Formats: sequence, structure tokens, C-alpha cells
Amino acid sequence: MNSLNLNSIIRFIVLVLAQALLFNNINFLGNINPYPYILFILLFPVNNNRSLFIFMSFMLGLFVDIFSDSGGVHAASCVSIAFIRPAVLKFAFGMVYEHQNMKFNNTEFGNRLIYFSILIAIHHFIMFTMEIFNISNIILILQKTLFSSIFTIILCVLISVLFSNKQR
Amino acid sequence: MQQIINFVIRNKTSLLFLLLFGISLALTIQSHSYHKSKFINSANFITGGIYDKASGISNYFDLKTQNDILIEENNRLRSQVFNASDSTSIISIDSISYSGRYKIQSARIINNNYASSKNYLTINRGEKNGIKEDFGVMTSKGIVGIIDNTSNGYARVLSILNTKSKINAQLKTSDQFGSLEWNGKSSSIVQLTDISKFAPVREGDTIVTGGKSSIFPKGIPIGAVDNFELDISGDTYIVNVKLFNDMTNLSHVYIIENLDADEIKLLENPVDE
Repeated sequence: MNSLNLNSIIRFIVLVLAQALLFNNINFLGNINPYPYILFILLFPVNNNRSLFIFMSFMLGLFVDIFSDSGGVHAASCVSIAFIRPAVLKFAFGMVYEHQNMKFNNTEFGNRLIYFSILIAIHHFIMFTMEIFNISNIILILQKTLFSSIFTIILCVLISVLFSNKQR
Repeated sequence: MQQIINFVIRNKTSLLFLLLFGISLALTIQSHSYHKSKFINSANFITGGIYDKASGISNYFDLKTQNDILIEENNRLRSQVFNASDSTSIISIDSISYSGRYKIQSARIINNNYASSKNYLTINRGEKNGIKEDFGVMTSKGIVGIIDNTSNGYARVLSILNTKSKINAQLKTSDQFGSLEWNGKSSSIVQLTDISKFAPVREGDTIVTGGKSSIFPKGIPIGAVDNFELDISGDTYIVNVKLFNDMTNLSHVYIIENLDADEIKLLENPVDE
């Protein structure tokens, strides 16, 4: 059970609280909010127990849901991106991931940006689709997905650069 | 049997994913049907407590604006009192306030959402203060929403900025009523639908609550007509209403309890024999 260490638990709590108290209240230009709490899923150690990872993602989404009164939309989208993460990892990092010894701190910036962008876009699309729950509002869904994704990607990259303990 | 167990073990990740996705889908669908989102809400002990602590700190940054709002309200009430004393001799039979038995409590907003399409607020009053479902919530300027979930110390308010919200409203100048809904686009504009096309709607007219529901008293201001158009069927107007309230900056609210609500409900929905 090395994959669920103290570091992950602290990250879980801090990200949920930051999302509930800070990032849900940004409302940039009226209604654009970033969702950087999914950094927990993006940066979860790769060589992990996959069932545990999916379950932790579900709990993460559920906690954010409870705080923001949104039913189960965050839980559903978090579980989905946790499930498809290995495929995206393989696409974005290629050989480095195949060798099973990658660490996010040592990867190339471009690869990491692609990886973040794909998962964040999918997460936001599922989330807004389920939140609005009306396919006739597809324009609104895509518009919200686009703007929030850009905001989230910028914040996620900034946070991950800021808190990476890279030796230089 | 062996094969079934093997199948489960082989696909345990996919099965877990499907199970959890199913649970969250069920929670989502449940939250979309009115008055059923019982499990996942912010009016519980933990989230309510955290929001209460956090808003206790952030309240200080907003004191000046809130003081201005209170002074403005005091001014208005005071001028009403002075003007009313002149007209005490006039006996008026006011047919509007037919059964006005309302109890008012104040509360503080500890969590306010307005960016998604299903917005809720959390307030720091709950069952221990006598708050129940279906009480109305308003500020000095206009209505905010309806209480839809309570815990011991906190309650959740279904905001008028929620696509599930439906509130009876009417024009101030005439009695044509419709229902107030929200299309999820702008946090300062709501839609008044089902207003008859024979109603004398003009831009700038005031929209107030209608007395048809047992939640709000008649005549609480909501907003002013921004623009209006005929809907597709051509029989009714869809009126865009600009809210008097700034829904993005709320702090102190009043909770309205209609003391006759039970009696009215009993009368309207008699118990089946």
C-alpha cells in the first residue's frame, strides 16, 4: 500500500478545500471557474493499484460535489478520467510510460502540457454535459468547456511547476 | 462458477469503474429532479461548519458594502413609517394582504454559488432555529430563493438562479401572472414565462411575486422588465427580467415563514380517503 502515502492524503484534503473555498468563488468574467482539484488525479503516482486509484478519484469528486451542491457531476467525470488515464499517458508520453519508471517531475514540459490538456478537456466536457443535462444546449456546454479548460490548464501547469521539487 | 469469478477478477477495474460511474450518474439524475437531492448537499455538519468558519473571516472584507445596503433599507423603511403616519385616518380595505401572517428571521449566507446552472446557497440557520423546507428567502431588495434542504444548524437554499427553480410572479401594474425561471445564461437576468400576450408589458415595468404560492407573500419586488418577446407558440410572452438583487454579492438575508402554509396546503391537496 505504498501508493496511497501520506503525501497523497494531504494533497487530497488541500485540493478539496482549495477548490471549495477558493476556486469555486473566482467567477472570472461572470461564470468561468477553474477546477484545479483534478491535479490529484493528473499527478497520482503511475505505478499504482488501479482499483484504489479509481476509488480515490470517485471520493475526490464526491467531496467536491458535496461542497458545491452539484449532485454527482464531479464524481462521474473524475471516475471517467481516472479510468482512461493509462491510455492518455501512453499517448502523451509514449516510450517513457512504457518503461514503467516515469516520474512527472522528470518529463518534458510539452508532453506534460498535452497530457494535462487532454484529460482536463475530457473532464470538463463530461462535467458540463452532466451539469446542464440538456443536449439542446450543446453550444453552452462547449463554450463553458473551452473557457474553463483554458483556465484550469493554465492553473494546473502553474501549480505543478511551482510545487515540483526538481533538483537543478 | 470458476469462469464467472475469473471474469470478475480479470475485469475488476472496468467493473469498479462502471459501478462508481453508475452511482455518480444516479446521484446526478437525482439532483436534477426537484426536491429529491437528499444525500449530496452542503447543508451538513462538516461542510456547513467549514463554510461557516471561512465566511466568518471573509465577511470582514465586505462590511462596508453591507452597511451601505442596511442604511439604504433603513432609509426606505423610515420614510415608509413617516409617510404612513399621515394616512392613519384613512380607512383602507386592502384586499392584497388577505392572510398576511408571516414570520421573519434573519440569516447570513455562508456559501453562494452563481456560476453553474444549478446554483444553491447555504445559510447559517437550520432546524434548531425552526427552519423547514419551502420557506422563502429574500433580501431587502428582492427574492433570493426557496429553502430546499435543512440540517440541524444549516440550510440550503435553491437559488432563483437555478434551472429547477419555478416561482410564481406577476406584473406590478396588472394581475397577469406567470412563472419565473432561469435559462442558465446570465446571473442578473431571469425569465418570466407564460405571461399572456394580452398583458400590458412595457420595458422598465416592475415584476413582483404573485400571491399564488404559499411561500412568498404577494408583492415582494423581483426585478424590472429588460425586454420581452413572444414565445414560439405565439400565445405568451417570454419576459427577460433584470434582477434588483445583485446575486453575486449577498450577505444578509431574511427567511419568510408563512404561518398559514400548512392550512393552505391541506386545503389545496386534501388527504385521500
